[in-house]
Amino acid sequence: MRSIVSLTVFPAALLLILASIAAAETPNLPLVRVGSKSSIENVILGEMLTLLADQASGDARHQSALGGTQIVFAALKKGDIDVYIEYTGTLSQEILKGQRVRSDDDIRAALAKLDLVMSQPLGFNNTYALGMKADVAEKMKIQTISDLARVAKSSTDPQFKFGFSDEFLKRGDGWPAVKVLYQFDNVPTGLDHSLAYRGLHSGTLLVTDLYSTDPEIAKYRLKILDDDLACFPEYHAVILYREDLKDRAPQVLQNLLKLEGKIDNSAMMEMNTRVRIDHDRDVNVAGDFLLSKLKIETQSGEEKKWVVIGRDFVRNTTRHLLLVFCSLSAAVTVALPLGIWAYEYPKVTHGILGIVGIIQTIPSMAVLVFMVPLLGLGVKPAIMALFLYSLLPIVRNTYAGLNEIPANLKESAIVLGLSRQARLYLVELPIASRSILAGIKTAAVINVGTATIGGLIGAGGYGEPILTGIRLADVSLLLQGAIPAALLAVVVQGLFELLERLVVPQGLRLARGD
Amino acid sequence: MLELIAVAKSFGKTQVLKPTSLVLEPGKTTVLIGPSGCGKSTILRIMIGLIEPSEGTVKFDGVALTPGNIMLMRRKMGYVIQDGGLFPHLSARDNVGLLARYLGWDKQRVNERLEELAKLTRLPDGALDRFPSQLSGGQRQRLGIMRALMLDPDVLLLDEPMGALDPLVRYDLQEDLRGIFQSLKKTVVLVTHDMGEAGFFGDTVVLLGGGEIVQQGTLADMIHTPANDYVTRFINAQRLPGVEPKEVATS
Repeated sequence: MRSIVSLTVFPAALLLILASIAAAETPNLPLVRVGSKSSIENVILGEMLTLLADQASGDARHQSALGGTQIVFAALKKGDIDVYIEYTGTLSQEILKGQRVRSDDDIRAALAKLDLVMSQPLGFNNTYALGMKADVAEKMKIQTISDLARVAKSSTDPQFKFGFSDEFLKRGDGWPAVKVLYQFDNVPTGLDHSLAYRGLHSGTLLVTDLYSTDPEIAKYRLKILDDDLACFPEYHAVILYREDLKDRAPQVLQNLLKLEGKIDNSAMMEMNTRVRIDHDRDVNVAGDFLLSKLKIETQSGEEKKWVVIGRDFVRNTTRHLLLVFCSLSAAVTVALPLGIWAYEYPKVTHGILGIVGIIQTIPSMAVLVFMVPLLGLGVKPAIMALFLYSLLPIVRNTYAGLNEIPANLKESAIVLGLSRQARLYLVELPIASRSILAGIKTAAVINVGTATIGGLIGAGGYGEPILTGIRLADVSLLLQGAIPAALLAVVVQGLFELLERLVVPQGLRLARGD
Repeated sequence: MLELIAVAKSFGKTQVLKPTSLVLEPGKTTVLIGPSGCGKSTILRIMIGLIEPSEGTVKFDGVALTPGNIMLMRRKMGYVIQDGGLFPHLSARDNVGLLARYLGWDKQRVNERLEELAKLTRLPDGALDRFPSQLSGGQRQRLGIMRALMLDPDVLLLDEPMGALDPLVRYDLQEDLRGIFQSLKKTVVLVTHDMGEAGFFGDTVVLLGGGEIVQQGTLADMIHTPANDYVTRFINAQRLPGVEPKEVATS
């Protein structure tokens, strides 16, 4: 009978724990929340904003590397963050697309309707550019894109190759625009960006597309060709913030706006280089800039590397466990009854199994983009996404475990004179317990892996070092997330095998010979 | 006691049981016999409410069985299927005592009843604390009978209870079962396809064929005064020792 008790108490206990965690999760919101997109440059600038905000208020937090433009802008609109760095080109071409904004004033007017404000440009323009090796350009006397077009027309050199990233080849403001405006008739090759730099270096490529603040420009001694016909849209970095920041934290805003006009292309490129190529910490790079260019001393905190690693590990582990535990508990309390209904009522079987199946096929990025506007950033949307992905294995295994109980056993329970509910709790669920537990185990193990998406929306967990590691091409950082995540999956697997001894009745284990 | 009044059952357009009436004699054993698909198990399953009849009524102590009262009625009947139908996750003790515990009997009362039934069914010592997978087929069937008898029901329904046992085990169990039926004076319905077993148990033997009762009486009646050729052929097919096959037209 012990197994029966544990099966009924289990979901109830989980609910209790869940409720207490939800209560404990309500955080003290800091005064200023800075966000950043998942690019090296944007994270450095995010750190810089945070240092400045912290200096003015002592109460700022950076939600670092939240993902793409969609997620970060949605978070700003919803008020989950107060400020981040955006680019004018992205605002006009992507965020406010369809509103026919042309000038910066148009952008400001459109943003005002959303209660958002854009600062003056910080100085640098991170736009598309065409680049080639500086020594080659000098030899061929190429300064501008018009020069390049002229030389390209007259050249019969088979080595005269253009290699562009796929995105640049496809975007309307990329190659198609350049080709028309400068009248190129070359046929470029599409390839990965990092390969393009090596191609230039080895001489198999002559020209590639760049972002004008890429650290590789300095590393490979590249020359950016002057866009003399002004083909590329301008991507001036600006501070984008919520209007209420002005009233809520005027000193903070004043401090942040000190950056206006202070960061030129070479300064930005140098900072990108320090993080991307030299693996300096972004907070240190940001702090150094503030000190040297603005004479602002901030507490970027010099810490020993292993202290940082240790603290991050504990924080990421705690957060990862929280994500997995909350989502799994919620999934068990919802999916178990769903599985039982699917078994009890044949009319809804296909409906229930179909819906949880469809949910499973939605890509995790899509779920996040959908969840952030509803639930904001952080733990909540991550738990929601993980919860949704945990449903299928539990519902399916609950249904299958109950459904495959031999008919003679189900009938034996009926003819005894047990009520429907008693049959379910005393006979059917215990017999199906192994299958149900296997479903929960599958959900848990998948969850440990999937929870790394938390890194995209500021939910933390092992996804944070993994995504940062990918962004910075820093393998050791990547492993700081990947190894514990893999180990955790193994531990979870082991825990469930122990749990099986407690939950699955002894008679069933004997019958299976284990 | 238990009676069927013009009970019939169809699945879709197939009528598996034609309108049938049958009154069980209290304290006696009635055997339902016939070939596969004759409707004998259907009758038993209708009695316990596993199947709802398409027509007619089943009455228990004068009360018609309905979906509303069937659960309580089942507690006054014991039902035994082939191989016992024991729940694999429960020990033998918990299997037999499941309903009594559910109904709130205390542990001591349950255990006393278990000892009593173990003695009655001659269950070996220690078997009560094992799980079904650790027991022999004969032991499982004895436990199935104990479970059916736990609440001391008025009626005992057995669906081919010895169908899966080897001959020696089967012989012992048949002996023990008949002793139990006689000593407890239960009203028993037993389904089998074995004429020898029918004769051994049955105060009344009911021979079914094609979804209806063909002949009802003692085994001797069927051998000596068969109602028709079908009865004769069924008797011949059993190759009962000492009973000479009679001539009938082949089918």
